[in-house]
Amino acid sequence: MQHSEAADIFNKDVERTTWHDETLWWVRQKRDKVAFQIPEWESLRETASQIKNNVLSNLHDYLVSFEEQAIRNGVKVHWAADAEEHNQIVLSILRENNINSLSKSKSMLTEECHMNEFLSHNGIDVIDTDLGERIVQLRQEPPSHIVMPAIHLKKEDVSDTFHEHLNTEKGNNDPQYLTEVARHHLREKFLERKLALTGVNFAVAETGEFVVCTNEGNADMGAHLADVHIACMGFEKIIPKREHLGVFLRLLARSATGQPITTYSSHFRKPREGQQMHIVIVDNGRSTQLGRKDFRNSLKCIRCAACMNTCPVYRRSGGHSYHNAVAGPIGSILAPNLDMTKFADLPFASTLCGSCSNVCPVKIDIHDQLYKWRQVLVQSGHAPTVKKLGMKAMNFTFSHPAAYQLGGSVGRKIMKALPFLVNNGMNPWFKNREMPEPPSESFRDWYKKNRKK
Amino acid sequence: MSSRESILSKIKASQPEQRALPGLTGLNLQVDLVFQKYREVLTSIGGTVVEVGSFDEIKTFIMSEYNTSLRLITTLPELADIAETGWLEADPHSLSDVELTIIRGVFGVAENGAVWLTEKEMGQRVAPFICQNLAIVIQKENIVADLHLAYERIGNEENNFSTFLAGPSKTADIEQSLVLGAHGSRSLVVFVL
Repeated sequence: MQHSEAADIFNKDVERTTWHDETLWWVRQKRDKVAFQIPEWESLRETASQIKNNVLSNLHDYLVSFEEQAIRNGVKVHWAADAEEHNQIVLSILRENNINSLSKSKSMLTEECHMNEFLSHNGIDVIDTDLGERIVQLRQEPPSHIVMPAIHLKKEDVSDTFHEHLNTEKGNNDPQYLTEVARHHLREKFLERKLALTGVNFAVAETGEFVVCTNEGNADMGAHLADVHIACMGFEKIIPKREHLGVFLRLLARSATGQPITTYSSHFRKPREGQQMHIVIVDNGRSTQLGRKDFRNSLKCIRCAACMNTCPVYRRSGGHSYHNAVAGPIGSILAPNLDMTKFADLPFASTLCGSCSNVCPVKIDIHDQLYKWRQVLVQSGHAPTVKKLGMKAMNFTFSHPAAYQLGGSVGRKIMKALPFLVNNGMNPWFKNREMPEPPSESFRDWYKKNRKK
Repeated sequence: MSSRESILSKIKASQPEQRALPGLTGLNLQVDLVFQKYREVLTSIGGTVVEVGSFDEIKTFIMSEYNTSLRLITTLPELADIAETGWLEADPHSLSDVELTIIRGVFGVAENGAVWLTEKEMGQRVAPFICQNLAIVIQKENIVADLHLAYERIGNEENNFSTFLAGPSKTADIEQSLVLGAHGSRSLVVFVL
């Protein structure tokens, strides 16, 4: 389903759409509040952007250095060209260790690779341990937001889901109560699972260490209790030196939720004694994106989701409308790289207002890239037929003055004489709007008349 | 060609021309009263700062504020009479019934309320996470203003595992309502000596 169709369905529930819109805007305001407390905020963004530019231009050497250091630290490093290879690597580690279940903390990469489905087809039980992810997992839905996976749900929905799966009291919607039940449920899983899988927020080329940020502590609970820890990362998570963490950790949580830092920012360098630690470095289209001059900057993303929280389209269409693991503005410039046909609609799901680029902590030119993707998609024949026909008609009209004048005059007459032909549900411009009064004459007619005098 | 070779060669062929690394000067946060700022920020994220003059005061606080009939563990020899110390080599799963973990922190960070902990202070990696409540002891002079100074202080230290820990475990995944005590500790007290 195209973004616009899915958004239409989302918008049917007016109250919920308004709530979704206001809640995300509130998160955006929290971001502003903490950002404005830091006088050097703009310098931080500029520095982060420059560090990431340097990373993109040295990715090869930084990855080689990271691997070398990680191996020296006693970590096993794997490379996956695509989603399938990533999933196979995870499965083979499970098989080698005779393990058939794992606990997972948030990793958007494994969502991108559809790892949960793959593993469950192979008889592996995967438990998502981030509360929001656990909620959507029980409902068999994908996350709708990369930082707040269940932001599309109300507490009544969570209560119903927990009542069905975790035997909570029917109708008890108290978040405190529901979280407490999830705490007990997932603590059991942490204690019994022999393998923990986590994402990676930053991987340091200089030291081979990687940093995982959570507020709940689920990455740490999983990793420190399991015999085997697998950390999965897209190769763009690399940063040059440890000292650069100071820049990124100052920006990440402030941009994401308005917190000064996440509760836990854990630096993993060596496995615990007797523990196995694996890192899976994934390409899955990233090297192709790196070669696209206009779009490579999207690889600077640190997944804070500030662009989603601020986006007027995301806020009023919900994350699921984007039918991609990463939704919102950043998802809309990442997804077409993976599949231009499937995701041709996403760069059009934007007003190009530029708010995304203004809040991005690493200064990605998101709205410019959305605009550029539109051109690439139309030129390569990926635009939807309706849009193509519309563009052709517009092109004809604007390049033939006689047609333009005729069209304008017929339009004005129809709007005056037969307003119902325009003011109806068939006309998308009529939705939520009154059509304007038709002017009595065009500017051209007016100009001709008045300049004669 | 292995995936490693093919990924790396594709990257080499695609990466843009060299861009220089920026310096990290001029980014520091101006903090006049470092301890006051630390207390203000940690309090705002759900933690508690308790100023103490001695370990006896820490003991008095613990005896009055926590359920001491439950399991208390520590890495600090000064607290050996009120909390277990013999758990360092135990199976980490055996710490699942810990009510309170008391450990030392290396230093605090004023701008975000975090404490820097390494595996050495934790005793076991899971100890500060699995407990119901956490208490950390830091020295008042060991609070830095911001994260840049924090990383300067950490330098090239080789820690097998370390973390910035800021406040109790929390979540807002149910309708953005803040709940303390998601998976990690439900509360955090930082004793400042």
